Amino acid sequence: MSTVKKTNGAGKKPAKAASKVKPAAPVVSAAQDTTEGEGVRRRDFIHIATVSFAGVGAAAVAMPLVSQMSASADVLAQASVEFDIAAIEPGQAIKTSWRKQPVFIRNLTPAEIEAANKVDVGSLRDPQTLAERTKPGKENWLITLGVCTHLGCVPLGAASGEVKGEFGGYFCPCHGSHYDTAARIRKGPAPLNLNVPEYAFLSDTVVKIG
Amino acid sequence: MSFPWAQEYKPQGTVSKWVDERLPLPRLVYNAVGAGYPVPRNLNYFWNFGVLAGVALVIQIVTGIVLAMHYYASVDGAFNSVEHIMRDVNAGWFLRYAHMNGASFFFIVVYIHIFRGLFYGSYKAPREMIWLLGVTIFLLMMATAFMGYVLPWGQMSFWGAQVITGFFSAIPLVGEPLRQLLLGGFAPDQAALNRFFSLHYLMPFVIAGVIILHVWALHIPGSSNPTGVSVKGEQDTVPFHPYYTAKDGFGLGIFLILFVAVTFFAPNMLGHPDNYIPANPLSTPAHIVPEWYFLPFYAILKAFTVDFGIPFTGIIIIPAKLMGVLAMFGSILLLFFLPWLDTSPVRSGHYRPLFRKFFWYGLIPSLVVLTYCGGKPPYTQWVVLSQIAAAYYFAHFLIILPIVSRIERPLALPNSITEAVTGKPLPAAA
Repeated sequence: MSTVKKTNGAGKKPAKAASKVKPAAPVVSAAQDTTEGEGVRRRDFIHIATVSFAGVGAAAVAMPLVSQMSASADVLAQASVEFDIAAIEPGQAIKTSWRKQPVFIRNLTPAEIEAANKVDVGSLRDPQTLAERTKPGKENWLITLGVCTHLGCVPLGAASGEVKGEFGGYFCPCHGSHYDTAARIRKGPAPLNLNVPEYAFLSDTVVKIG
Repeated sequence: MSFPWAQEYKPQGTVSKWVDERLPLPRLVYNAVGAGYPVPRNLNYFWNFGVLAGVALVIQIVTGIVLAMHYYASVDGAFNSVEHIMRDVNAGWFLRYAHMNGASFFFIVVYIHIFRGLFYGSYKAPREMIWLLGVTIFLLMMATAFMGYVLPWGQMSFWGAQVITGFFSAIPLVGEPLRQLLLGGFAPDQAALNRFFSLHYLMPFVIAGVIILHVWALHIPGSSNPTGVSVKGEQDTVPFHPYYTAKDGFGLGIFLILFVAVTFFAPNMLGHPDNYIPANPLSTPAHIVPEWYFLPFYAILKAFTVDFGIPFTGIIIIPAKLMGVLAMFGSILLLFFLPWLDTSPVRSGHYRPLFRKFFWYGLIPSLVVLTYCGGKPPYTQWVVLSQIAAAYYFAHFLIILPIVSRIERPLALPNSITEAVTGKPLPAAA
């Protein structure tokens, strides 16, 4: 079918050598695709362009495959909850739940507040005053996550009858961390005080956590 | 096994050599889809579809595994968990739509792959085993797709499960007990949904295993080609890599463009709105149809409306229900016998003038008609059309092909693949 055909102006670009490609050529050798004697071949460019394009595509596909694992919209929608705290007497605490984590809401007695304020803050592992861990004018309301900062167990001490530890606050039974009446770490392996979540008083008796 | 001129894997560097002596996995890949697999030089784009089907399976497995992280197989929670995936899970809508349409695209490429085999005679000796494994994969795919469609527990899911398991009740004597065994109850319920989820998760890996056998069997004789002429020498082949990795890569690009176009812009085009209604065991949708890829078989099922018996005696030998079910399964099972029904030694349809006419003007139109009628309500005109098309379908394989193979005078075959490509006789053969 296609015999050797004379191309117009073929003399100008000998490297192209279209007439040299045999119709039968089963394996077009790489050399025929090159600009002779140059370092970078046209094919190198095509390779890099193809692989880069495929790589960007693969990364784009990987994103939804990974992000589907993170918290979904309905989980994030539980981000804030409101509690009525009117029924909690001084010295009592309740355990409730926020983002599927336990929350301790504790109404401190004057003695407990005094005990917390007497401590030399400088001597603490995680120095914080009780005032820094409560809202102004509401120092008796200590609201913390019930998640030990060591490895995540729920400390005892919120429900009546539970062990409160050596410092009268909370005691984590898993690895023996003792928290004081401001829920600060005093003894044991936990590195930090019980975490105080973001919260606000909507009224004197309703608190919104998150 | 391969052609003697196949390039040999030569590990470069100490680590490659160390691995090659202990677990020659890179060598296996090199010989399977690398430069070590010599492939006929004249393959056209129809030979892309095996690789595309493999990619489609990978897409289904990857999206399916992540969907299973959010799906909840319970009659009370399944529908809501799918809606939860669509609305709440990050990129969940994309993953589900990709899985949903991925099934359709899997069937599209597999159907083209099967038609490639039917037209070019890829099922003939020495490739019968590849064909048998391929039909097995097709059956497994159908089972997997059906069970997957049940999982969202919408109206179509529920009634699809009811109807398909109903097939088994057509079997004489053991039918109804068998159906109850499969469902774990008298109607699709929690037990059925749970086992369908379990099996829907398992079967793709079974399919992957049979695909390994399919590809292994392929590598014994090597790939077929559009002329159907066997490879005669080194000049007839090129290495799979880079020649067909590049060609398959191009085809893959086109496939993915079409796939994402449908997934993003018309994700429900191939689905049924009724499946967005939660399953209601007390109310069947007005018009229930399976997914498009089952329509031809559904049409065959519906085509049998009269009991088969001895005329004027009232003795029924095979009731219509059983006939329909047998015909539907038979339409696929007969493909297992195809290598022995078509006895022509010429493989490619290109060189078989009579076969080609029946293929293009008989088989393909009959399947188009069956697909169309399968989606229509069971009114007389559609049933009659289905009956004609179904009759042709069976006749094509069971009567026409064996006769055509005998009486047909094939066109002259080229002496070799190279000669067919270049139009010149081989130097050695000249």
